[in-house]
Amino acid sequence: MNTLEKHTRGVRDSGRKLLVPYVTGGLTANWTDYLHAAADAGADVVEIGLPFSDPMLDGPAIQRASDTALARGATVDGILRDVARLDLRVPLVAMTYANLVFRRGAEWFCSALRDAGVAGLIVPDVPIDEVDELSAAATGLDLVLLVSPATPPGRRREIAGRSRGFVYAVSVMGTTGAREALPATAGELAQNVKAVTDLPVLLGFGVSSPAGARAAAARADGVIVASTLMQQVLEGASPADVGVRVAEMRAALDGPDD
Amino acid sequence: MSSRTVAARPGRFGGYGGRFIPESLVGACEELERAFHEAWGDTAFRDRLSGLLGDYAGRPTPLTPALRLSAELGVTVLLKREDLAHTGSHKINNVLGQALLAERMGKRRLIAETGAGSHGVATATAGALLGLPTTVFMGERDIERQALNVFRMRTLGAEVVPVTTGSRTLKDACTEALRHWVGAVDDSHYCLGSVMGPHPYPVMVREFQRVIGDEARRQVPAVPDFVVACVGGGSNAAGTFAGFLDTDAALIGVEAEGGAAVTRGSDGILHGFRTRLLQDAEGQIAEAHSIAPGLDYPGVGPEHAWFASTGQARYVTVGDTDVVAAVHRLARAEGIICALESAHAVAWLINAVAAGEIPAGACVLVTVSGRGDKDMATLMELA
Repeated sequence: MNTLEKHTRGVRDSGRKLLVPYVTGGLTANWTDYLHAAADAGADVVEIGLPFSDPMLDGPAIQRASDTALARGATVDGILRDVARLDLRVPLVAMTYANLVFRRGAEWFCSALRDAGVAGLIVPDVPIDEVDELSAAATGLDLVLLVSPATPPGRRREIAGRSRGFVYAVSVMGTTGAREALPATAGELAQNVKAVTDLPVLLGFGVSSPAGARAAAARADGVIVASTLMQQVLEGASPADVGVRVAEMRAALDGPDD
Repeated sequence: MSSRTVAARPGRFGGYGGRFIPESLVGACEELERAFHEAWGDTAFRDRLSGLLGDYAGRPTPLTPALRLSAELGVTVLLKREDLAHTGSHKINNVLGQALLAERMGKRRLIAETGAGSHGVATATAGALLGLPTTVFMGERDIERQALNVFRMRTLGAEVVPVTTGSRTLKDACTEALRHWVGAVDDSHYCLGSVMGPHPYPVMVREFQRVIGDEARRQVPAVPDFVVACVGGGSNAAGTFAGFLDTDAALIGVEAEGGAAVTRGSDGILHGFRTRLLQDAEGQIAEAHSIAPGLDYPGVGPEHAWFASTGQARYVTVGDTDVVAAVHRLARAEGIICALESAHAVAWLINAVAAGEIPAGACVLVTVSGRGDKDMATLMELA
């Protein structure tokens, strides 16, 4: 078992809900300060977006964050250099699109991630039918796979069986982005995935508030929070501001049972 | 070049193609794949489509001998006249097929991307014909330069959504249409306009477009020496080539100099499929630049990428200046104002004759993929 999965299982087994905030790599000059702020505020894992020019599954906030980072000159190489210098007390997961992974070869890409100390990888446009090459290259890295509300039961089982680190349950049929409330089907999806795997199951897409995080985590092992935080940063929020927001989510997840 | 084979694995063209899409879209692509194969094997569906292509779209389109241009160039030029199909381009062939399929699958809405607007107009037309509300995503920059087509789509009752991200052209319209589809997959069919995207689109769109090549094959007096078509995503070329794959004709795909994914690109993955792409060393997609909005795309259909790698077809480029000159030359010589996209094929013909690549007396089939009305504003600015 790799470091990410050891960690996520450990947290889950301790009875704590996993909180995974996301930060777009290279979004600001001090972007790694946001990683520290999130970790210090109680994140269990931090997800780093490696910005792609054409993020097919992202809504307006992450699109803008990606464009902003690229316009600043962010590159995979530069972001990974920054990451390699970090001393973060929680594992890092990279999220990016297939073209950045395969451009220089899945082997090359995965080894660059490992060298930088990244523990996991999420590539949302590589579904399980296309995953073999990447899977083979990802030794020592946990390749996190996604299930969606449209995934039929047999396929859900197959995806959960091949996912490593955790299973990423996509809460809604749509792109990433803050939503007022998650549909009731989100909890149902998390529960259905949990029924076929003992991996931690995290809900992502649309989790935007402490109350939303708490509601989402009721039937999942934790949440991934991205767009709402990146929206804040795009509006000028400092690492400390983002830390406050993450701490609020932490508190909501840790709160006493209703 | 005698025997040409088809790809062995469904959805794969050698190492190209595939289905690189979010999990949320996998089910919809599988459903579409099943529905297409059932429909394509169903005589009733084929008859209904053929009926519409004839009674509604005006097929078969003529094969026009370009007599004066032939005399000027010293070669025999035959023009496959997709500009005469209803809505003014070959796009209607694919769109009628997909709209009938959408209806058969019980979908209630159509989504489309468009660059030049030709595919958007065709989709809006099919939507009106079958009573399917239609939403077309179009780059803000293309909306400016193709105002006529935007107005045509709106006249047909379609909603045109401006795309303001990235290069604000076809690439971004396609990304935005895919994003929209993820959230609307239950009731909406994504009517993709070219031989690109995740499986089954490249195969399905080629099959819907092969009517161009199949008709032309019946219309030509003999197999031509050259079969020439412009390539952006590559649907009119794929449809044209499909009719001549089992012949010795040299198949020539003409790319825009600023959008030459086959000629100048490298292997990559965009919009759900592996192909050749204009991109930087890390894999960020480059912006294509062409005077022809329909060719302003940094990728190309996976079958073309494969044909290029096997030598089954040859891909060449022409620049904007030659393209504009070709529009004027064809207009004066034949009384046909072709689209800027189609003019790439004509321009290559003219250049290749001048360069001696096409020998005197050769027979050349050129697909005129669309008519040029939509480009008049662009040409007026240059005049």
